[in-house]
Amino acid sequence: MSWIRRIAQPLGLVLAVLAVWELAVRLFEVPNYLLPAPTAILADLSRRWPRILGGAWITGLEILGGFALAVAISLPLATGIAFNAWMARVVYPLIVAFQVVPKIAIAPIFVIWFGIGWISKLTLVFLLCFFPMLVNNVAGFRGINAEIMDFARSTGANAWRLFWRIRLPSALPSIFTGLRIGAVNAVTGAVVAEFIASDKGLGYLLLEYNGNLLASAVFATVFVLSAIGLAIYYAVEGIERLAIPWHTAQRRNESVGEQT
Amino acid sequence: MTGTLPIRLAGASKTFRRGAQTTEALTPIDIEIAPGEFFAVVGPSGCGKSTLLRMIAGLIPATSGTITVGAGTVTKPVTEVGIVFQSPVLLDWRTVLGNVLAQLELRGLDATSYEPQARRLLDAVGLKGFEDRYPFELSGGMRQRVAIVRALIHNPPVLLMDEPFGALDALTREQLRLDLEALWLAKPKTVVFITHSIDEAVLLADRVAVMSPRPGSIERLLTIDLPRPRGIAARQLPAFTKVVEEVTNLFLERGVLQATGKLSLG
Repeated sequence: MSWIRRIAQPLGLVLAVLAVWELAVRLFEVPNYLLPAPTAILADLSRRWPRILGGAWITGLEILGGFALAVAISLPLATGIAFNAWMARVVYPLIVAFQVVPKIAIAPIFVIWFGIGWISKLTLVFLLCFFPMLVNNVAGFRGINAEIMDFARSTGANAWRLFWRIRLPSALPSIFTGLRIGAVNAVTGAVVAEFIASDKGLGYLLLEYNGNLLASAVFATVFVLSAIGLAIYYAVEGIERLAIPWHTAQRRNESVGEQT
Repeated sequence: MTGTLPIRLAGASKTFRRGAQTTEALTPIDIEIAPGEFFAVVGPSGCGKSTLLRMIAGLIPATSGTITVGAGTVTKPVTEVGIVFQSPVLLDWRTVLGNVLAQLELRGLDATSYEPQARRLLDAVGLKGFEDRYPFELSGGMRQRVAIVRALIHNPPVLLMDEPFGALDALTREQLRLDLEALWLAKPKTVVFITHSIDEAVLLADRVAVMSPRPGSIERLLTIDLPRPRGIAARQLPAFTKVVEEVTNLFLERGVLQATGKLSLG
């Protein structure tokens, strides 16, 4: 029952803010194209639901696809960088240097290279997720307690066993930090990619609604986008809680805040 | 793994290099530790006693000289050992029982067949009922007990302990010392026990090596002739007081200890 109490108060606060918003818009007669009232947004959302849902489906797939791609590539790459001197010396600095390139600035080039279809969207989502994941994965593998490794080496365990039983579990908290940052970045990446060039998806709808001064439709779309972002973030956190209960429980115990 | 092994250091020294700077941590050291002997090393902080232990364990190479454990010269991490460090270094992601069994899994042994023995040992150090807890749910003393059981579960011929009780409160420390003596008497093994506590070294060991400040060398080797089990009463024996006094005087001579406090304010 404690989770009900945990979400009851934030939920109450959200409702209060919405009520004040609604009241203020009505009281001061704010025009709809500047700031629509929550009820107007809701009405718009239900009216345009099929189209917004269709867009959400497209954008959601871009987010998940780019995110999954980043996980699939960053983990093996981080393993290589952490345990191979050549990769640590030559490959990693190059990747870190590439990290400072503003990905969004080069996104228009992806459209020229890959067209306005899936590939340019996945590329941008991937790039925005990939770097925080890689950096956190590498930090996780490198940050292992030296004395734990001393103990492990004294058992004569081979590299394979060391990796699966010691190095990987010990890196998991840091890996999940990267996943959580990636989850947030993925949503931004998908929308920006659709802004640049697309004919469908929530980013495309946003541009269209905005161009027609349909503020309530813009807000409705933003809420759906935020809902997708929240869903992915909490999905990652849920998996984290299942995968490394020893760490999440410890974090709660010591009431240490989010480290993203 | 059964039986015990001798440990021999012949001219083993350690010099650390950082860039052009070299620090001599240990002057060449010769020690012969008999199979089944409880050998304590006592010395001030920074005298290189932990370095000595890590060299014996094969975790760091000696700069010169040779170290042998059993018949083999140490060139890589020695596996015929159980190691206990000052901090418990448990695996956060495993339960108490899982941490103990990790020793066997990493060695490729059948962990499940050791489970009854693991439970028995955990019971013996007062951890019955905590087998399924995670390290973060335990106190510092309990974690260290888990680390000790983990170092004993595979019944290694050699036990290496680096200030294992250093981070514990006095009461827990005394209890673990008594437990350790009992365990060692029940299952003899060669023990190298590093400590900065003179009392602890004298109460536990067959021989005590007293080390000088850095660069570390063995200043004196003392044979402790106290009957076993020494238990809690040994502190009252005149022989105990005499040896402790001898070591204390040695530290006084070397300036490791000062007879009267020198710190003043203002």
